[in-house]
Amino acid sequence: MALQSLDIQRRSATTTPAPQARETTEIAKLIDVSACIGCKACQAACMEWNDVRDEVGNCTGVYDNPVDLTENSWTVMRFAEVEENGKLEWLIRKDGCMHCEDPGCLKACPSPGAIIQYSNGIVDFHQENCIGCGYCVTGCPFNVPRISKKDNKAYKCTLCSDRVAVGQAPACAKVCPTGAIQFGSKADMKDYADKRITDLKSRGYQQAGLYDPQGVGGTHVMYVLHHADRPQLYNNLPADPSISPTVALWKGVAKPLAMAALGLTALGSLFHYVMKGPNEVSKELEDEMERQAEAETEGERENAR
Amino acid sequence: MIRNPRDLQRYTASERANHWVVGICFILLALSGLAFFHPAFFPLVNLFGGGTWARILHPYIGVVMALFFLVMVVRFASLNTMAERDWEWVKRVGEMVNGDDHNMPVQGKYNGGQKLLFWGLVLSMLLITLSGVVMWRSWFSFSVGMVRTAVVVHAAAAAFMIGLIFVHVYAAIWTRGTIRAMLYGTVTRAWAKQHHRDWYRSMTGDKN
Repeated sequence: MALQSLDIQRRSATTTPAPQARETTEIAKLIDVSACIGCKACQAACMEWNDVRDEVGNCTGVYDNPVDLTENSWTVMRFAEVEENGKLEWLIRKDGCMHCEDPGCLKACPSPGAIIQYSNGIVDFHQENCIGCGYCVTGCPFNVPRISKKDNKAYKCTLCSDRVAVGQAPACAKVCPTGAIQFGSKADMKDYADKRITDLKSRGYQQAGLYDPQGVGGTHVMYVLHHADRPQLYNNLPADPSISPTVALWKGVAKPLAMAALGLTALGSLFHYVMKGPNEVSKELEDEMERQAEAETEGERENAR
Repeated sequence: MIRNPRDLQRYTASERANHWVVGICFILLALSGLAFFHPAFFPLVNLFGGGTWARILHPYIGVVMALFFLVMVVRFASLNTMAERDWEWVKRVGEMVNGDDHNMPVQGKYNGGQKLLFWGLVLSMLLITLSGVVMWRSWFSFSVGMVRTAVVVHAAAAAFMIGLIFVHVYAAIWTRGTIRAMLYGTVTRAWAKQHHRDWYRSMTGDKN
Protein backbone atom coordinates (compact mmCIF):
# COMPACT_ATOMS: atom_id res chain seq x y z
CA MET A 1 0.00 0.00 0.00
CA ALA A 2 1.10 3.49 -0.68
CA LEU A 3 2.07 5.53 2.33
CA GLN A 4 -0.94 7.68 1.56
CA SER A 5 -3.20 5.01 3.04
CA LEU A 6 -1.57 5.65 6.40
CA ASP A 7 -2.63 9.28 6.31
CA ILE A 8 -6.32 8.49 6.65
CA GLN A 9 -8.07 10.14 9.53
CA ARG A 10 -11.64 9.14 8.81
CA ARG A 11 -13.36 6.76 6.43
CA SER A 12 -17.05 6.70 5.50
CA ALA A 13 -19.29 3.92 6.93
CA THR A 14 -16.45 2.61 9.08
CA THR A 15 -16.91 2.20 12.81
CA THR A 16 -13.38 1.24 13.80
CA PRO A 17 -10.40 3.64 13.96
CA ALA A 18 -8.42 4.37 10.80
CA PRO A 19 -4.63 3.83 10.76
CA GLN A 20 -3.16 6.71 12.70
CA ALA A 21 0.57 6.09 12.75
CA ARG A 22 1.52 9.03 10.56
CA GLU A 23 0.71 12.58 11.43
CA THR A 24 0.80 15.07 8.63
CA THR A 25 0.54 18.85 8.79
CA GLU A 26 -2.94 20.23 8.63
CA ILE A 27 -3.16 22.15 5.37
CA ALA A 28 -5.52 24.79 4.04
CA LYS A 29 -6.26 26.73 0.91
CA LEU A 30 -6.97 30.40 1.48
CA ILE A 31 -9.08 32.21 -1.09
CA ASP A 32 -8.71 35.96 -0.78
CA VAL A 33 -11.91 37.16 -2.42
CA SER A 34 -10.73 40.76 -2.22
CA ALA A 35 -7.78 39.94 -4.50
CA CYS A 36 -9.69 37.87 -7.07
CA ILE A 37 -10.09 39.41 -10.54
CA GLY A 38 -12.36 36.64 -11.88
CA CYS A 39 -9.98 35.48 -14.63
CA LYS A 40 -10.97 31.81 -14.22
CA ALA A 41 -7.37 30.61 -14.54
CA CYS A 42 -8.12 28.42 -11.51
CA GLN A 43 -11.00 26.76 -13.39
CA ALA A 44 -8.80 26.12 -16.39
CA ALA A 45 -5.95 24.76 -14.25
CA CYS A 46 -8.39 22.48 -12.42
CA MET A 47 -9.64 21.06 -15.72
CA GLU A 48 -6.10 20.56 -17.00
CA TRP A 49 -4.58 18.94 -13.97
CA ASN A 50 -7.56 16.70 -13.26
CA ASP A 51 -8.31 15.90 -16.91
CA VAL A 52 -11.96 16.87 -16.67
CA ARG A 53 -13.75 18.69 -19.48
CA ASP A 54 -17.23 20.08 -19.12
CA GLU A 55 -19.61 20.59 -21.98
CA VAL A 56 -19.43 24.02 -23.57
CA GLY A 57 -22.59 25.70 -22.28
CA ASN A 58 -24.60 28.76 -23.26
CA CYS A 59 -24.36 32.31 -22.04
CA THR A 60 -27.01 32.97 -19.43
CA GLY A 61 -26.38 36.70 -19.13
CA VAL A 62 -23.84 36.51 -16.31
CA TYR A 63 -20.10 35.85 -16.21
CA ASP A 64 -20.53 32.53 -14.37
CA ASN A 65 -19.29 29.87 -16.77
CA PRO A 66 -20.22 27.11 -16.29
CA VAL A 67 -23.22 28.32 -14.31
CA ASP A 68 -22.90 25.67 -11.64
CA LEU A 69 -20.57 23.02 -10.27
CA THR A 70 -20.86 19.75 -12.19
CA GLU A 71 -19.17 16.37 -12.14
CA ASN A 72 -16.63 17.87 -14.56
CA SER A 73 -16.38 21.36 -13.09
CA TRP A 74 -15.05 21.04 -9.57
CA THR A 75 -14.63 24.74 -9.08
CA VAL A 76 -16.67 27.64 -10.44
CA MET A 77 -16.28 31.40 -10.06
CA ARG A 78 -19.52 32.90 -8.86
CA PHE A 79 -20.00 36.57 -9.67
CA ALA A 80 -22.26 38.75 -7.49
CA GLU A 81 -22.99 42.41 -8.13
CA VAL A 82 -23.95 44.18 -4.91
CA GLU A 83 -24.26 47.82 -3.98
CA GLU A 84 -22.41 48.81 -0.84
CA ASN A 85 -22.06 52.42 0.40
CA GLY A 86 -23.47 53.72 -2.87
CA LYS A 87 -20.84 51.91 -4.91
CA LEU A 88 -21.04 48.81 -7.04
CA GLU A 89 -19.02 45.92 -5.70
CA TRP A 90 -18.24 42.90 -7.80
CA LEU A 91 -17.86 40.03 -5.39
CA ILE A 92 -16.27 37.02 -7.05
CA ARG A 93 -16.16 33.84 -5.07
CA LYS A 94 -14.38 30.70 -6.19
CA ASP A 95 -16.88 28.02 -5.19
CA GLY A 96 -16.01 24.37 -4.58
CA CYS A 97 -15.54 21.85 -1.80
CA MET A 98 -14.69 23.46 1.54
CA HIS A 99 -13.00 20.31 2.94
CA CYS A 100 -14.81 20.53 6.29
CA GLU A 101 -13.16 19.25 9.44
CA ASP A 102 -16.53 17.59 10.20
CA PRO A 103 -17.67 16.60 6.69
CA GLY A 104 -21.42 16.09 6.25
CA CYS A 105 -20.82 14.06 3.08
CA LEU A 106 -18.62 11.57 4.92
CA LYS A 107 -21.10 11.32 7.78
CA ALA A 108 -23.95 10.56 5.37
CA CYS A 109 -22.09 8.15 3.06
CA PRO A 110 -23.22 4.50 3.48
CA SER A 111 -20.39 2.92 1.50
CA PRO A 112 -17.19 2.04 3.39
CA GLY A 113 -14.21 3.95 2.04
CA ALA A 114 -16.07 5.92 -0.61
CA ILE A 115 -15.25 9.13 1.25
CA ILE A 116 -11.92 9.57 2.99
CA GLN A 117 -10.60 12.34 5.19
CA TYR A 118 -6.83 12.53 5.21
CA SER A 119 -4.99 13.63 8.31
CA ASN A 120 -3.94 16.79 6.44
CA GLY A 121 -7.62 17.71 6.30
CA ILE A 122 -8.44 16.90 2.67
CA VAL A 123 -11.79 15.21 2.12
CA ASP A 124 -11.59 12.97 -0.93
CA PHE A 125 -14.11 10.88 -2.84
CA HIS A 126 -12.92 7.44 -3.89
CA GLN A 127 -15.22 6.78 -6.81
CA GLU A 128 -14.36 3.07 -7.03
CA ASN A 129 -16.25 2.60 -3.75
CA CYS A 130 -19.06 5.03 -4.57
CA ILE A 131 -22.45 3.36 -5.08
CA GLY A 132 -24.16 6.48 -6.45
CA CYS A 133 -26.84 6.89 -3.80
CA GLY A 134 -26.38 10.67 -3.46
CA TYR A 135 -26.37 10.65 0.34
CA CYS A 136 -23.26 12.91 0.23
CA VAL A 137 -25.36 15.54 -1.57
CA THR A 138 -27.88 15.29 1.28
CA GLY A 139 -25.15 15.61 3.90
CA CYS A 140 -23.19 18.53 2.42
CA PRO A 141 -23.97 21.94 3.98
CA PHE A 142 -22.40 23.74 0.96
CA ASN A 143 -24.21 22.00 -1.93
CA VAL A 144 -20.98 20.77 -3.49
CA PRO A 145 -21.03 17.08 -4.56
CA ARG A 146 -22.42 16.32 -8.00
CA ILE A 147 -23.58 12.93 -9.27
CA SER A 148 -22.55 12.18 -12.84
CA LYS A 149 -25.39 11.33 -15.20
CA LYS A 150 -22.95 9.13 -17.11
CA ASP A 151 -21.59 6.84 -14.39
CA ASN A 152 -23.70 7.76 -11.32
CA LYS A 153 -20.60 8.46 -9.22
CA ALA A 154 -20.18 11.52 -7.01
CA TYR A 155 -17.50 14.07 -7.88
CA LYS A 156 -16.05 17.21 -6.30
CA CYS A 157 -12.79 19.10 -5.74
CA THR A 158 -10.03 16.82 -4.40
CA LEU A 159 -7.93 19.80 -3.24
CA CYS A 160 -5.48 18.13 -5.64
CA SER A 161 -4.79 15.47 -3.00
CA ASP A 162 -2.41 13.82 -5.46
CA ARG A 163 -0.34 17.02 -5.77
CA VAL A 164 -0.48 17.81 -2.06
CA ALA A 165 0.69 14.26 -1.24
CA VAL A 166 3.96 14.99 -3.04
CA GLY A 167 4.42 18.46 -1.61
CA GLN A 168 2.86 20.46 -4.44
CA ALA A 169 0.24 23.17 -4.14
CA PRO A 170 -3.19 22.54 -5.73
CA ALA A 171 -3.36 23.43 -9.42
CA CYS A 172 -5.67 26.41 -8.83
CA ALA A 173 -3.32 27.93 -6.22
CA LYS A 174 -0.30 27.35 -8.46
CA VAL A 175 -1.85 29.18 -11.39
CA CYS A 176 -3.60 32.14 -9.70
CA PRO A 177 -2.03 35.30 -11.18
CA THR A 178 -2.95 37.68 -8.32
CA GLY A 179 -2.10 35.48 -5.37
CA ALA A 180 -5.77 35.34 -4.40
CA ILE A 181 -5.40 31.60 -3.85
CA GLN A 182 -2.80 30.76 -1.23
CA PHE A 183 -1.86 27.30 -0.03
CA GLY A 184 0.09 26.07 3.00
CA SER A 185 -0.35 24.86 6.54
CA LYS A 186 -3.63 25.93 8.11
CA ALA A 187 -1.73 27.92 10.76
CA ASP A 188 0.27 29.80 8.10
CA MET A 189 -2.87 30.52 6.12
CA LYS A 190 -4.53 32.01 9.18
CA ASP A 191 -1.50 34.26 9.73
CA TYR A 192 -1.57 35.33 6.11
CA ALA A 193 -5.31 36.01 6.35
CA ASP A 194 -4.74 38.22 9.42
CA LYS A 195 -2.40 40.44 7.42
CA ARG A 196 -4.89 40.70 4.57
CA ILE A 197 -7.72 41.50 6.98
CA THR A 198 -5.69 44.25 8.69
CA ASP A 199 -4.97 45.71 5.27
CA LEU A 200 -8.63 45.55 4.22
CA LYS A 201 -9.73 47.21 7.45
CA SER A 202 -7.25 50.04 6.88
CA ARG A 203 -8.90 50.54 3.47
CA GLY A 204 -12.33 50.99 5.00
CA TYR A 205 -13.65 47.41 5.02
CA GLN A 206 -14.37 47.40 8.74
CA GLN A 207 -16.16 44.04 8.60
CA ALA A 208 -13.40 42.21 6.73
CA GLY A 209 -12.67 38.82 8.20
CA LEU A 210 -11.81 35.16 7.77
CA TYR A 211 -14.42 32.58 6.80
CA ASP A 212 -13.52 29.37 8.66
CA PRO A 213 -16.98 28.27 9.86
CA GLN A 214 -16.87 26.52 13.22
CA GLY A 215 -20.28 24.86 12.71
CA VAL A 216 -18.47 22.25 10.61
CA GLY A 217 -15.37 22.27 12.82
CA GLY A 218 -13.60 24.75 10.55
CA THR A 219 -12.74 24.17 6.89
CA HIS A 220 -9.58 23.49 4.91
CA VAL A 221 -10.66 25.95 2.27
CA MET A 222 -11.03 29.38 3.85
CA TYR A 223 -12.07 32.74 2.46
CA VAL A 224 -10.95 36.26 3.24
CA LEU A 225 -14.15 38.29 2.83
CA HIS A 226 -14.50 42.07 2.76
CA HIS A 227 -17.94 41.61 4.34
CA ALA A 228 -17.37 38.71 6.70
CA ASP A 229 -20.45 39.77 8.66
CA ARG A 230 -22.60 38.99 5.61
CA PRO A 231 -21.26 35.91 3.78
CA GLN A 232 -24.65 35.61 2.03
CA LEU A 233 -23.60 38.52 -0.23
CA TYR A 234 -21.16 36.14 -1.90
CA ASN A 235 -23.72 34.13 -3.84
CA ASN A 236 -25.35 32.77 -0.70
CA LEU A 237 -22.30 31.48 1.10
CA PRO A 238 -23.98 30.14 4.28
CA ALA A 239 -23.45 32.37 7.33
CA ASP A 240 -23.30 29.56 9.85
CA PRO A 241 -23.13 26.20 8.05
CA SER A 242 -23.47 22.95 9.94
CA ILE A 243 -24.55 19.41 9.21
CA SER A 244 -28.36 19.49 8.97
CA PRO A 245 -29.99 18.27 12.21
CA THR A 246 -32.05 15.72 10.26
CA VAL A 247 -28.88 14.27 8.71
CA ALA A 248 -27.20 14.25 12.14
CA LEU A 249 -30.21 12.42 13.58
CA TRP A 250 -30.35 9.96 10.67
CA LYS A 251 -26.66 9.07 10.72
CA GLY A 252 -26.27 9.61 14.47
CA VAL A 253 -28.53 8.44 17.26
CA ALA A 254 -31.08 6.81 14.91
CA LYS A 255 -28.64 4.03 14.00
CA PRO A 256 -27.93 2.52 17.45
CA LEU A 257 -31.51 3.24 18.55
CA ALA A 258 -33.10 1.38 15.64
CA MET A 259 -30.64 -1.50 15.90
CA ALA A 260 -31.30 -1.87 19.64
CA ALA A 261 -35.07 -1.77 19.15
CA LEU A 262 -34.99 -4.39 16.38
CA GLY A 263 -32.49 -6.57 18.21
CA LEU A 264 -34.58 -6.52 21.39
CA THR A 265 -37.76 -7.36 19.45
CA ALA A 266 -36.09 -10.36 17.81
CA LEU A 267 -34.44 -11.60 21.03
CA GLY A 268 -37.60 -10.90 23.03
CA SER A 269 -39.59 -13.09 20.63
CA LEU A 270 -37.13 -15.95 20.88
CA PHE A 271 -37.01 -15.85 24.67
CA HIS A 272 -40.78 -15.52 24.88
CA TYR A 273 -41.12 -18.74 22.90
CA VAL A 274 -38.53 -20.50 25.01
CA MET A 275 -40.02 -19.38 28.30
CA LYS A 276 -43.78 -19.33 27.64
CA GLY A 277 -44.02 -22.00 24.97
CA PRO A 278 -46.16 -21.97 21.84
CA ASN A 279 -49.81 -20.97 21.72
CA GLU A 280 -51.31 -24.37 20.86
CA VAL A 281 -54.92 -25.14 20.05
CA SER A 282 -56.48 -26.55 23.22
CA LYS A 283 -56.95 -30.31 23.60
CA GLU A 284 -60.67 -29.88 24.37
CA LEU A 285 -61.31 -28.10 21.10
CA GLU A 286 -59.31 -30.68 19.15
CA ASP A 287 -61.39 -33.46 20.76
CA GLU A 288 -64.63 -31.59 20.16
CA MET A 289 -63.84 -31.27 16.46
CA GLU A 290 -62.85 -34.95 16.40
CA ARG A 291 -66.26 -35.89 17.81
CA GLN A 292 -68.03 -33.62 15.32
CA ALA A 293 -66.17 -35.25 12.45
CA GLU A 294 -67.06 -38.72 13.70
CA ALA A 295 -70.69 -37.74 14.13
CA GLU A 296 -70.70 -36.45 10.58
CA THR A 297 -69.28 -39.62 9.06
CA GLU A 298 -71.70 -41.61 11.21
CA GLY A 299 -74.57 -39.53 9.81
CA GLU A 300 -73.37 -40.03 6.25
CA ARG A 301 -73.22 -43.77 6.79
CA GLU A 302 -76.75 -43.67 8.22
CA ASN A 303 -77.95 -41.84 5.11
CA ALA A 304 -76.19 -44.24 2.78
CA ARG A 305 -78.04 -47.11 4.44
CA MET B 1 -49.95 -31.95 8.18
CA ILE B 2 -52.85 -33.98 6.79
CA ARG B 3 -55.36 -31.98 4.81
CA ASN B 4 -58.83 -32.54 6.04
CA PRO B 5 -61.97 -31.78 4.00
CA ARG B 6 -63.43 -30.24 7.16
CA ASP B 7 -60.63 -27.59 7.26
CA LEU B 8 -61.71 -24.02 6.71
CA GLN B 9 -60.48 -21.91 3.81
CA ARG B 10 -58.82 -18.77 5.21
CA TYR B 11 -57.00 -17.41 2.16
CA THR B 12 -57.52 -17.93 -1.58
CA ALA B 13 -54.58 -18.84 -3.79
CA SER B 14 -54.53 -15.34 -5.22
CA GLU B 15 -54.45 -13.76 -1.74
CA ARG B 16 -51.58 -16.04 -0.76
CA ALA B 17 -49.58 -15.26 -3.88
CA ASN B 18 -50.19 -11.56 -3.28
CA HIS B 19 -48.96 -11.87 0.31
CA TRP B 20 -45.78 -13.67 -0.70
CA VAL B 21 -44.90 -11.22 -3.46
CA VAL B 22 -45.08 -8.50 -0.82
CA GLY B 23 -43.17 -10.71 1.65
CA ILE B 24 -40.30 -11.46 -0.74
CA CYS B 25 -40.05 -7.78 -1.68
CA PHE B 26 -39.99 -6.89 2.00
CA ILE B 27 -37.11 -9.25 2.74
CA LEU B 28 -35.06 -7.96 -0.20
CA LEU B 29 -35.81 -4.34 0.72
CA ALA B 30 -35.02 -4.83 4.39
CA LEU B 31 -31.69 -6.50 3.62
CA SER B 32 -30.57 -3.86 1.12
CA GLY B 33 -32.04 -1.01 3.14
CA LEU B 34 -30.28 -2.05 6.35
CA ALA B 35 -27.04 -2.18 4.36
CA PHE B 36 -27.43 1.52 3.52
CA PHE B 37 -28.56 2.37 7.04
CA HIS B 38 -25.81 0.89 9.19
CA PRO B 39 -22.20 0.04 8.27
CA ALA B 40 -22.50 -3.24 10.19
CA PHE B 41 -24.95 -4.47 7.54
CA PHE B 42 -23.15 -3.08 4.48
CA PRO B 43 -21.80 -6.55 3.49
CA LEU B 44 -25.42 -7.53 2.77
CA VAL B 45 -25.11 -5.61 -0.51
CA ASN B 46 -23.14 -8.62 -1.79
CA LEU B 47 -26.43 -10.54 -1.93
CA PHE B 48 -27.47 -8.09 -4.65
CA GLY B 49 -24.24 -8.05 -6.64
CA GLY B 50 -22.48 -5.24 -4.77
CA GLY B 51 -23.25 -1.78 -3.43
CA THR B 52 -24.06 -0.16 -6.73
CA TRP B 53 -26.45 -2.94 -7.76
CA ALA B 54 -28.15 -2.84 -4.37
CA ARG B 55 -28.61 0.92 -4.80
CA ILE B 56 -30.04 0.45 -8.30
CA LEU B 57 -32.38 -2.43 -7.41
CA HIS B 58 -33.73 -1.26 -4.03
CA PRO B 59 -36.16 1.40 -5.35
CA TYR B 60 -37.51 -0.80 -8.17
CA ILE B 61 -38.24 -3.62 -5.71
CA GLY B 62 -39.91 -0.92 -3.63
CA VAL B 63 -42.22 -0.02 -6.50
CA VAL B 64 -43.25 -3.67 -6.93
CA MET B 65 -43.89 -3.97 -3.19
CA ALA B 66 -45.90 -0.75 -3.05
CA LEU B 67 -48.16 -1.86 -5.91
CA PHE B 68 -48.82 -5.34 -4.53
CA PHE B 69 -49.24 -3.94 -1.03
CA LEU B 70 -51.87 -1.56 -2.37
CA VAL B 71 -53.78 -4.55 -3.77
CA MET B 72 -53.61 -6.19 -0.33
CA VAL B 73 -54.93 -3.04 1.29
CA VAL B 74 -57.89 -3.00 -1.10
CA ARG B 75 -58.52 -6.68 -0.34
CA PHE B 76 -58.23 -6.55 3.44
CA ALA B 77 -58.97 -3.01 4.62
CA SER B 78 -62.68 -3.58 5.25
CA LEU B 79 -61.89 -6.67 7.36
CA ASN B 80 -59.62 -4.60 9.58
CA THR B 81 -61.80 -1.84 10.97
CA MET B 82 -61.31 -1.55 14.72
CA ALA B 83 -64.43 -2.26 16.81
CA GLU B 84 -65.16 -2.12 20.53
CA ARG B 85 -64.19 -5.76 21.10
CA ASP B 86 -60.92 -5.23 19.24
CA TRP B 87 -59.85 -2.52 21.68
CA GLU B 88 -60.91 -4.81 24.52
CA TRP B 89 -58.71 -7.53 23.00
CA VAL B 90 -55.77 -5.13 22.76
CA LYS B 91 -56.24 -4.15 26.42
CA ARG B 92 -56.04 -7.80 27.47
CA VAL B 93 -53.22 -8.83 25.14
CA GLY B 94 -50.80 -9.03 28.07
CA GLU B 95 -52.75 -11.96 29.54
CA MET B 96 -52.59 -13.78 26.24
CA VAL B 97 -48.87 -13.18 25.76
CA ASN B 98 -48.46 -14.51 29.29
CA GLY B 99 -50.06 -17.77 28.18
CA ASP B 100 -53.69 -17.39 29.27
CA ASP B 101 -56.23 -16.64 26.53
CA HIS B 102 -59.36 -17.70 28.46
CA ASN B 103 -60.57 -14.16 29.07
CA MET B 104 -59.88 -12.88 25.57
CA PRO B 105 -62.97 -11.42 23.91
CA VAL B 106 -64.38 -13.36 20.95
CA GLN B 107 -62.82 -12.21 17.67
CA GLY B 108 -63.82 -12.15 14.01
CA LYS B 109 -61.51 -13.02 11.14
CA TYR B 110 -58.86 -10.75 12.62
CA ASN B 111 -58.17 -9.85 16.23
CA GLY B 112 -57.42 -6.37 17.52
CA GLY B 113 -53.67 -6.97 17.38
CA GLN B 114 -53.76 -8.07 13.77
CA LYS B 115 -55.88 -5.06 12.87
CA LEU B 116 -53.53 -2.61 14.56
CA LEU B 117 -50.61 -4.30 12.83
CA PHE B 118 -52.42 -3.92 9.51
CA TRP B 119 -52.87 -0.17 9.99
CA GLY B 120 -49.32 0.17 11.29
CA LEU B 121 -48.09 -1.43 8.08
CA VAL B 122 -50.34 0.79 5.96
CA LEU B 123 -48.95 3.88 7.69
CA SER B 124 -45.32 2.80 7.38
CA MET B 125 -45.73 1.76 3.74
CA LEU B 126 -47.26 5.12 2.94
CA LEU B 127 -44.40 7.01 4.60
CA ILE B 128 -41.71 4.75 3.15
CA THR B 129 -43.09 4.93 -0.39
CA LEU B 130 -43.51 8.71 -0.42
CA SER B 131 -40.11 9.40 1.17
CA GLY B 132 -38.51 6.78 -1.07
CA VAL B 133 -39.70 8.61 -4.17
CA VAL B 134 -38.14 11.83 -2.84
CA MET B 135 -34.81 10.00 -2.30
CA TRP B 136 -34.78 8.33 -5.75
CA ARG B 137 -32.21 10.39 -7.62
CA SER B 138 -32.26 8.28 -10.78
CA TRP B 139 -35.73 9.57 -11.65
CA PHE B 140 -36.51 12.52 -9.44
CA SER B 141 -34.78 15.59 -8.14
CA PHE B 142 -36.30 17.21 -5.11
CA SER B 143 -34.89 20.08 -3.06
CA VAL B 144 -32.16 19.14 -0.60
CA GLY B 145 -34.42 20.19 2.28
CA MET B 146 -37.08 17.71 1.20
CA VAL B 147 -34.51 14.94 0.73
CA ARG B 148 -33.10 15.58 4.21
CA THR B 149 -36.56 15.16 5.72
CA ALA B 150 -37.26 12.15 3.51
CA VAL B 151 -34.14 10.22 4.59
CA VAL B 152 -35.10 10.43 8.26
CA VAL B 153 -38.74 9.56 7.60
CA HIS B 154 -37.65 6.66 5.36
CA ALA B 155 -35.27 5.24 7.96
CA ALA B 156 -37.63 5.70 10.91
CA ALA B 157 -40.67 4.27 9.12
CA ALA B 158 -38.61 1.37 7.77
CA ALA B 159 -37.21 0.50 11.21
CA PHE B 160 -40.76 0.67 12.59
CA MET B 161 -42.03 -1.57 9.80
CA ILE B 162 -39.25 -4.14 10.24
CA GLY B 163 -40.19 -4.24 13.94
CA LEU B 164 -43.85 -4.78 13.02
CA ILE B 165 -42.90 -7.61 10.66
CA PHE B 166 -40.84 -9.25 13.41
CA VAL B 167 -43.98 -9.22 15.55
CA HIS B 168 -46.07 -10.43 12.60
CA VAL B 169 -43.73 -13.35 11.87
CA TYR B 170 -43.30 -14.30 15.51
CA ALA B 171 -47.07 -14.22 16.15
CA ALA B 172 -47.50 -16.61 13.22
CA ILE B 173 -44.83 -18.96 14.57
CA TRP B 174 -46.01 -18.73 18.18
CA THR B 175 -49.66 -19.41 17.36
CA ARG B 176 -49.39 -23.01 16.17
CA GLY B 177 -51.37 -23.94 13.08
CA THR B 178 -51.29 -20.43 11.64
CA ILE B 179 -48.57 -20.48 8.99
CA ARG B 180 -50.42 -23.08 6.89
CA ALA B 181 -53.14 -20.49 6.31
CA MET B 182 -50.65 -18.46 4.25
CA LEU B 183 -48.98 -21.53 2.70
CA TYR B 184 -51.90 -23.55 1.38
CA GLY B 185 -54.85 -21.57 2.57
CA THR B 186 -56.63 -23.64 5.21
CA VAL B 187 -56.80 -23.85 9.00
CA THR B 188 -58.33 -26.48 11.23
CA ARG B 189 -61.76 -25.92 12.77
CA ALA B 190 -60.27 -26.15 16.26
CA TRP B 191 -57.77 -23.40 15.42
CA ALA B 192 -60.53 -21.20 14.05
CA LYS B 193 -62.78 -21.73 17.04
CA GLN B 194 -60.00 -21.01 19.50
CA HIS B 195 -58.59 -17.87 17.93
CA HIS B 196 -61.36 -16.40 15.75
CA ARG B 197 -64.61 -17.75 17.12
CA ASP B 198 -66.95 -15.36 15.29
CA TRP B 199 -65.26 -16.12 11.99
CA TYR B 200 -65.54 -19.85 12.82
CA ARG B 201 -69.26 -19.41 13.45
CA SER B 202 -69.82 -17.56 10.19
CA MET B 203 -67.85 -20.17 8.25
CA THR B 204 -69.49 -23.25 9.77
CA GLY B 205 -72.90 -22.12 10.97
CA ASP B 206 -71.97 -23.58 14.36
CA LYS B 207 -73.69 -21.55 17.12
CA ASN B 208 -71.21 -22.35 19.91
